[in-house]
Amino acid sequence: MHITLEDVAADYKLGPIRHADVLVHVQAVFRDKALTAVIGHTGSGKTSLLKVLTGLITPTQGRIRVGDIMVDAQDYSASHHKAIRKKMGLVFQYPETQLFAETVEKDIIFGPMNLGVPEQEAKEQARELAIKVGLDPKLLAASPFSLSNGQRRRVAIAGILAMKPDILMLDEPAAGLDPAGRKDILSLIMNWHREHQLTTILVTQDIDEAACYADEMIVMSEGTVVMQADTREVLSDPELLRAYNLESPRVRVLQEKIEYRAGIKLPRVCITIEELASALIEAGLV
Amino acid sequence: MAEPVLEVKGLSFRYIQHHDQQGDSEAISNVSLRILRGEWVALLGRNGSGKSTLAKLLAGILSPHGGEILLHGEPLDMDHSRRSDLPIGIITHHPDDHMIGTTVQDDIAFGLENRNIPYDEMKHRVEEVLERFKLSPYRHHDPSRLSSGLKQLAAIAGVLALKPSLIILDEALTMLDTRSKLEMIDTLRQLQVSEAITILSITHDMNEAAAADRLFIMESGTITASGTPDAIFKLYQELEPPLGESLRRCLLHKGRKVPSKYMTEEEVVDWLCTSPSKTLRQITS
Repeated sequence: MHITLEDVAADYKLGPIRHADVLVHVQAVFRDKALTAVIGHTGSGKTSLLKVLTGLITPTQGRIRVGDIMVDAQDYSASHHKAIRKKMGLVFQYPETQLFAETVEKDIIFGPMNLGVPEQEAKEQARELAIKVGLDPKLLAASPFSLSNGQRRRVAIAGILAMKPDILMLDEPAAGLDPAGRKDILSLIMNWHREHQLTTILVTQDIDEAACYADEMIVMSEGTVVMQADTREVLSDPELLRAYNLESPRVRVLQEKIEYRAGIKLPRVCITIEELASALIEAGLV
Repeated sequence: MAEPVLEVKGLSFRYIQHHDQQGDSEAISNVSLRILRGEWVALLGRNGSGKSTLAKLLAGILSPHGGEILLHGEPLDMDHSRRSDLPIGIITHHPDDHMIGTTVQDDIAFGLENRNIPYDEMKHRVEEVLERFKLSPYRHHDPSRLSSGLKQLAAIAGVLALKPSLIILDEALTMLDTRSKLEMIDTLRQLQVSEAITILSITHDMNEAAAADRLFIMESGTITASGTPDAIFKLYQELEPPLGESLRRCLLHKGRKVPSKYMTEEEVVDWLCTSPSKTLRQITS
């Protein structure tokens, strides 16, 4: 499902008069069926962007279009925003802290049952989802609080997927996990995205991660979108990234180092070590 | 080499969840290790392997249930948390845990004040760390309003101002972006040389771990291996090695002739840019 933001602004009320602008003149497009990463420094407005999309904060200016529904700040309709919201599944930062039911199964079926799915059907679905996200179905009867952090996070993600969103949004889904755990969670999201052709928005501070998984990137700085392009295009200009306080992915930094020392220019931006090795071989450096 | 700063013998610890609960497993069981003066060691392991628990035991935040800890050869009192002059500094990945002062400079001075450091000396040390970590522009800022990266720098500065003989970094660099992280690794390396400080870093970042002189691997509460980065990355093929070594292995995998030994990033770059094929290519082009 295609999402467009036109000149969107939003702020947090600090009191009756004062407010803090969190989003200003945001222009962005999230392409249908693409995985778009939103990157930016801490405090650049990444999370606020997700909040305004899902209606957790109201836009003060501009238009948001999701599929054929539109929310216009000038002529604000809460019911439109709600309609948009129903299409979205948002996995918050540290989602495992939001689990509350006595069992894993109850936690996963909570969302769908609120949407009117019959209990039996929701339970069957929960079982399938548990397997899909890499949880042993035996754990369905366990308390979510007896699980490890990585497992809890899978439960939280399963709970969102159970509501069958048209758009999946994830705010730092791998934060706080060890490298193996990070990889597991991200490949789980990647597989789901590919298999279901789901429009996915991944908010992350980790540019290495964004580089590996995203088709497109949106770069945010000081509350606005400063760049939006294909992943490799965004990464092709390290100077520009630096201007927004972002570092290039590590492999790209290594590539630059080699290019500088050897006085050559490799024909393309390398994101993985594999790509860098191939490019070096092609260039005749090894 | 130098004398050991810290020696741990048969350390064990278990978290007691409920007084009636059976079978609390040991979070730390029979851990022994030795860290020499001026050495940088890194502790690696999966989530839940006991790394942070070990750090807390060493820093005196938790008291062990068995074994002993010797600092400069002297056994530590199990109540050593009460000894305010304990020369072990710990920095965690939650910089907010460290923030007490209303300004950055007050925050750094807090620890010094509590140790009765004379005013002039205190002032000098605060200036020194502010300078070193490029925090001078923020000296009058409220630490709670700084970005996570700056908070983390301020927390590290506050601990280093105390001139501890051992600093423990418990994933303390995770909040920093790549560039600040590399700068911090450089600063720590300089301190290691100039002031002979001893560093124990707990990390998931293999590039950070590669900066250490020695690595310890922790699994289920025990130390299962220790050695140089070179040896450890060779032994544990499932650990994703630092970039330089990854590139070397990848080229090897693709059937290229590469040196058969472990290589750091600098070594790989040097090797690539001075290898004979490169020279040949330059001559022919």
